[in-house]
Amino acid sequence: MLGLDRVSKTYPNGTHALESFSASIPQGEIAVLIGGSGCGKSTLLRAIAGLDPASRGAVVLDGETITRPHEKIGIIFQEPRLLPWLTVADNVGFGLASTPAAERRAIVARALTRVGLPDKAGVWPRELSGGQAQRVAIARALVPRPEVLLLDEPFSALDAFTRADLQDHLLTLWADSQPTLVMVTHDVDEAVTLADRIFVMRPHPGRLFDEIAVTLPRPRDRVSTAFEQVKRDVLTSLNRSLDRTVPDREEKSLKGEAMWW
Amino acid sequence: MTAVEIASRPASDAAPVRGRRGRGALRRAALGLALPVGLGAAWELAVYAGLSDGRLVPPPSVVFATLWELAQTGELWVHTRATVLRVAAGFAIGVVAGTLLGALAGYSQRSREVLDPTLQALRSIPSIAWVPLFILWLGIFEESKIALIAVGVFFPVYLGVMGAILSVDRKIVEVGRAFRLSGPALVRRILLPAVLPSYIVALRSGLGLGWMFVVAAELLGAAEGLGFLLIDGQQLGKPAQIVAAIVAFAIIGKTTDWLIEAASAPFLRWEDRFGARAGAA
Repeated sequence: MLGLDRVSKTYPNGTHALESFSASIPQGEIAVLIGGSGCGKSTLLRAIAGLDPASRGAVVLDGETITRPHEKIGIIFQEPRLLPWLTVADNVGFGLASTPAAERRAIVARALTRVGLPDKAGVWPRELSGGQAQRVAIARALVPRPEVLLLDEPFSALDAFTRADLQDHLLTLWADSQPTLVMVTHDVDEAVTLADRIFVMRPHPGRLFDEIAVTLPRPRDRVSTAFEQVKRDVLTSLNRSLDRTVPDREEKSLKGEAMWW
Repeated sequence: MTAVEIASRPASDAAPVRGRRGRGALRRAALGLALPVGLGAAWELAVYAGLSDGRLVPPPSVVFATLWELAQTGELWVHTRATVLRVAAGFAIGVVAGTLLGALAGYSQRSREVLDPTLQALRSIPSIAWVPLFILWLGIFEESKIALIAVGVFFPVYLGVMGAILSVDRKIVEVGRAFRLSGPALVRRILLPAVLPSYIVALRSGLGLGWMFVVAAELLGAAEGLGFLLIDGQQLGKPAQIVAAIVAFAIIGKTTDWLIEAASAPFLRWEDRFGARAGAA
């Protein structure tokens, strides 16, 4: 269980990026954070990752408060961030330094096969396309078998076809061990395709505005009426989040949910 | 290279790749020699045709005859050895000091705030200004010459290492943090490989300055060394000996620079940069 208890973040320069975000995300759920620019999505993700700990509130994973990067938490960034001096295989095995070499090679080979790149083990990252590089980044993050995988707009720089392909691929990989996924995206289609729950956020400071459960069965038909209906719900909520006359969700509901977990 | 990597490279590809690389190296060497050989040949022809007497600027045939003569008598080896040993010692000291202080200043902001202003001020002092002080401190023999060369090598290496560390992509460092690397592991697995290309450039710059500073050191008083050959040639009116010593400097300097480049090449195959040769990986 990943618990976010009134997570707030104010940077040293005074920027108040995130205000009192609370949620409880059960193991294996796919949670998507969506919202306009400046609504604290990436700030929240970095707080969960332990890269930029919360100024106030707490991130709690299985009862343990997260204040620094943790072995149970993996992250995939917007850019693949592959280490250019390592081959693809060595990038994938980067988090397995303490694993015996033979075992590491076997794990890496399996992971590359799972992401559809078994023939790319020995090439340099510069020789990969954008989609291939992001697949390698996914493999690198999944190889240590994290309980929670964070994804910070990982497909935003890719073309629509590659993006849809990788979304499907991510779901296939997720099904292997079903880690909790927390994903930031600007893309409503992507959110509805992947999410069990969508958290709509609003800006200045970033905070939770709405929470939409997505109960469509997987694999999801992107052109079905039900899919379109959920998209409309999300878009409506996003529009309302930008309307300053609409009160925050927290203001409406916190009274009865102070002890939400 | 990992086993997975080795396994992924078809063995049958290796021979043609080696062949292409060999031909490429020969072509580059031929192109690099074209300009000096062409200029030398033109000057040789000009002297041969009587357009110049070649007394103050001797033609290549005279220069190489002088080099051959110096080699035959053993003088060339004695002077070359003395100069190479001085540069090697000064280079080693300058590299070690420049690397350590550059790494410290690059890695720690507090250290940088303490060290860098002073070192930048020292950097602007002309090399020749150190000579009287070094002679007073270290005497007129090898120590002062080596110290002068070390000063010349130190600053490009220091600046190169500090600048390289400061310019390491924060996002790459964050990957190391996300994988919970300890401080030493972060240095070994992220910072060192990331700064290596800039470090090699700094070493090559430092070595180039080392060769410049050894001339200054030997001009100021030496009984051996290629710099001594320069002074000797000037005082005895032997321009061919001066040019021969200059050619020896050029050949040895270029060779040592090539050695650094060749030794570092296997570690930089991953680079994705303008000018990288197609198929280099």
